[in-house]
Amino acid sequence: MRPDNLTRSFDCVIVGGGHGGSQTAAALRQSGFSGSIALIGAEPDLPYDRPSLSKDYLAGTKTFERMHLRPQDFWGTREVELLLGRHVSAVDPTARIVVTDGGEYFSYGQMVWAAGGDPRKLSCSGSDLAGIFYIRSKADCDALIDVLPNARRIVIIGGGYVGLEAAAVFRKIGKEVTLVEALDRVLARVAGEPISRFYENEHRARGVDLRLNSNVASLEGVNGRVSRVVLEAGEAIAADIVVVGIGIIPSVGPLIAAGAKGANGVDVDEFCRTSVPDIYCIGDCARLENGPGIRIESVQNATDQATTAAKAICGEFKAYDATPWFWSNQYDLKMQTVGLNYGFDSVVTRGDPASRRFSVIYLKNGAVLALDCINSPRDYVQGRKLVDSAARIDPAALADTSRQLNEIDFVTS
Amino acid sequence: MATISVRTRDGGLHSFDGRIGASLMENIRNAGFDELLAMCGGCLSCATCHVYVEQLPTSASLPVPSIDETELLEGSDYRQERSRLSCQIPFDETLSGIVIGIAPED
Ligand SMILES: Cc1cc2nc3c(=O)[nH]c(=O)nc-3n(C[C@H](O)[C@H](O)[C@H](O)COP(=O)(O)OP(=O)(O)OC[C@H]3O[C@@H](n4cnc5c(N)ncnc54)[C@H](O)[C@@H]3O)c2cc1C
Ligand code: FES
Repeated sequence: MRPDNLTRSFDCVIVGGGHGGSQTAAALRQSGFSGSIALIGAEPDLPYDRPSLSKDYLAGTKTFERMHLRPQDFWGTREVELLLGRHVSAVDPTARIVVTDGGEYFSYGQMVWAAGGDPRKLSCSGSDLAGIFYIRSKADCDALIDVLPNARRIVIIGGGYVGLEAAAVFRKIGKEVTLVEALDRVLARVAGEPISRFYENEHRARGVDLRLNSNVASLEGVNGRVSRVVLEAGEAIAADIVVVGIGIIPSVGPLIAAGAKGANGVDVDEFCRTSVPDIYCIGDCARLENGPGIRIESVQNATDQATTAAKAICGEFKAYDATPWFWSNQYDLKMQTVGLNYGFDSVVTRGDPASRRFSVIYLKNGAVLALDCINSPRDYVQGRKLVDSAARIDPAALADTSRQLNEIDFVTS
Repeated sequence: MATISVRTRDGGLHSFDGRIGASLMENIRNAGFDELLAMCGGCLSCATCHVYVEQLPTSASLPVPSIDETELLEGSDYRQERSRLSCQIPFDETLSGIVIGIAPED
């Protein structure tokens, strides 16, 4: 038998078995790639649907099996070698080798880095106590689900999508929830003020004790387990467990160490190529150089970038130009976003938030950049055309709900 | 046994045993059809699980599409009368023999 740590060679090595990595493997075969493919993933599980973690899976209404992106035998029939439970710790771009924690060496012809990110950890004192949870992986979520029956009071730190979705689940199962957000509104990084205020009202109406403008000073514990969250203002909030959702740190260390250009994410061109020959980077950890200068953390982006990279590897260079979209489910509220609102200078609210069916449209220099649509799939699908054509529209017409978005005349930018 | 037949975009027709209780989307995905992206995992947010119901067994009926499903389908350039989002259709014995076509990618 061949010892595991001998070098094996693959024509394409994909690092990361999440949304981006698994789609890269599938798209390579769809594009006719006939070489050998390895999908190396740190998690032990088959690639799965991550967004469900903070939604149906946490709520206990979806089994893990239903979250598999592809069934086990899919990978066999596509001749994709799944090397799971292996963490890549180093890349040698000269020898064209990736090295795992376990000391295995895999050489590559082409490499796609799709390692996503790790949750940003709390750094205040007490952040190493037991009873503090993050939601990024199935293992994270399972650890949290294990302790839920014994937790009555939950403090959530961070008012982004993950924290708010978790809050909605916890309220549904009757937990006491306090959500602490450092900024003056929730979703401040991704959504406009009307959306923030709407979600704040919804969560408060359902009994979430929402604390804005509140910085966590420290966590305190009893017998090594967290028991209180102390705010900078001095107040201490009792907590059986603490759930933290304050963003991610892209997993790019080995790639940067190998010389890839980038800092908070690896910089990639329109074909998802890094500055290192034959190494691509996609998904949550990739930053498009010619885009808005940010990493986009969404399933759509990971999936579409995967397809772009796979096609490029197969010699079909098609620049990444997909329209970004995103969704979030909280309570009975479905939010769908299309476009990126970065740099918006005005906002139109279409419909009445009190009706719980409305949209917020973001404009820059009079052109439509993005929409956040709450319980309004029609605005979402029609809004996509406005985003795609950077439509210039009279704001009063956008706000007029007696007309559908596709009935309004516009000029393309 | 309850069978599902799927017509891929190249016109080929493939039949397999469906799993009762899973959605049509999950059945198609699990049978290895990678043309169906189903990016939102079945939560009625993306419309990338768009299919045509080509043939429905006599006496079978499908759940009426929700307003959300109808509105999402309206956004597809390939919408037809028999368009459905496959994540919204639970598969059961009465649907055995159903023929589904995968809609073109928008
Ligand atoms: C709780 C939660 C809810 C979300 N909800 C939504 C939503 O509603 N809608 C939406 O669009 N997006 C949502 N997202 C974001 C979405 O899941 C990500 O954008 C998407 O998963 C990114 O795909 P990726 O392939 O870049 O990374 P991931 O899916 O994170 O996959 C990366 C994989 O690489 C592995 N890995 C990391 N480092 C290494 C290494 N060195 N060696 C080997 N393997 C490694 C990781 O273990 C992981 O399995 C959510 C994310 C979370 C955490
Ligand atoms: S899978 Fe997204 S709408 Fe069906």
